[in-house]
Amino acid sequence: MEHIPILRMGPFLLVTIQVDMHDQLAMTLQDDLTNRISETGAKGVLIDISSLEMVDSFIGRMIGNIAGMSRVLDANTVVVGMQPAVAITLVELGLSLKGVKTALNVEKGMELLRKSLTESDIEEVGLDREETRNHGLTVCH
Amino acid sequence: MERMKSNDQFEMIVQKYWEGILGDWVEEQLSSTGTRKELFSKEELRTQSKEFILLFQEAISAGDLDPYQPHWGKVRDFLSNLSRSRGENGFSPTETATFVFSIKKPLMARLGKEINNDARLLFEELSRVSNLIDKLGLFTTEVYQKTREEVIRRQQDELMELSTPVVKLWSGVLALPMIGTLDSNRTQTVLEALLQKIVETEAEIAIVDITGVPTVDTLVAQHLIKTVTAARLMGAECIISGIRPQIAQTIVHLGVDLGDIITKATLADALAVALQRRGLRVVAVQAPRALQTEASF
Repeated sequence: MEHIPILRMGPFLLVTIQVDMHDQLAMTLQDDLTNRISETGAKGVLIDISSLEMVDSFIGRMIGNIAGMSRVLDANTVVVGMQPAVAITLVELGLSLKGVKTALNVEKGMELLRKSLTESDIEEVGLDREETRNHGLTVCH
Repeated sequence: MERMKSNDQFEMIVQKYWEGILGDWVEEQLSSTGTRKELFSKEELRTQSKEFILLFQEAISAGDLDPYQPHWGKVRDFLSNLSRSRGENGFSPTETATFVFSIKKPLMARLGKEINNDARLLFEELSRVSNLIDKLGLFTTEVYQKTREEVIRRQQDELMELSTPVVKLWSGVLALPMIGTLDSNRTQTVLEALLQKIVETEAEIAIVDITGVPTVDTLVAQHLIKTVTAARLMGAECIISGIRPQIAQTIVHLGVDLGDIITKATLADALAVALQRRGLRVVAVQAPRALQTEASF
């Protein structure tokens, strides 16, 4: 059976779609990716669709679904390199992929993931800080 | 046989009197109310008329009086060229059609003079000639109309090209100043141009400036939202600027939800935001170091 390779890069997973997506392939990718995320405990997933030139409503929805599933599994997802024609098609189909992060290319996508990683780390710490600050403020008042 | 004979007669008249007809015809055209004399000289008109009458004569001798027959090809070509050049030079439809229609009077006068003893034959001849000239006149008008339509179409295309420039404001910052009413056709062009440019320049921020858009209705708003969404899908952020108070009111009254789209009052504000996002700032060159401030837009 055909598989789309899922590469591991440190705390992230890299999926590059180089072939035309058909429905079965998308389903397989969904299975493979969710399994790999839970196996590796990846913190981020980067899906490169720069070679994807055609999408239909199913594939569009699958991209959204995969991103949603990754998020549930505690991994940020960035979709990178979407072609103009694909973007127009998705918008016309009413699939705006709300909640999915996007970037222009792999480099920028990686940067985004790295940033979100540190952000999420800081977030936990930051929350505490804010709480203390709030406390401090209350004390001051 | 009588038809043949009458055709011969008409042919004979044109052959015999063409110079006279030409003279009368040119006079007729010049005196016609639909002719502006400043647009062409008398000599030019005479040359054109003479050329036409010779071709006309040739076509009559070749056969039927049906201008859509092959042997009228040269006459049709001549009229097409004339009509096209007049259409492009700003002649009115009346002025263009007058060229053909005004030959009727001199032709009929000659026919009347020649056939003065047979009222029935005269009537038949007159109606045949009249029919012919009418057809030629309509043909001229049709070509004129087509020429004008071509001009309009060309201008529309040019307008389309001109009104959708995507400009680079800064490295990684694109601007799309929209001008004129947005219809779905134009929006599609704009959208494609913007997305293509985003790919080419790897711009992270695109500013859509709608200062030049006179009105915003639900359709236009929807188009804007589509543009912003498509750009976001590709990984670029969109800022909409140049929303005038009137348009802001309309958008809210229409109940259009611009969602999380960033909107700014002017292009300058939008650029300031874009620079800030890219971690850049504008400072005054001459200011003392202590007073270096962010330029206020």
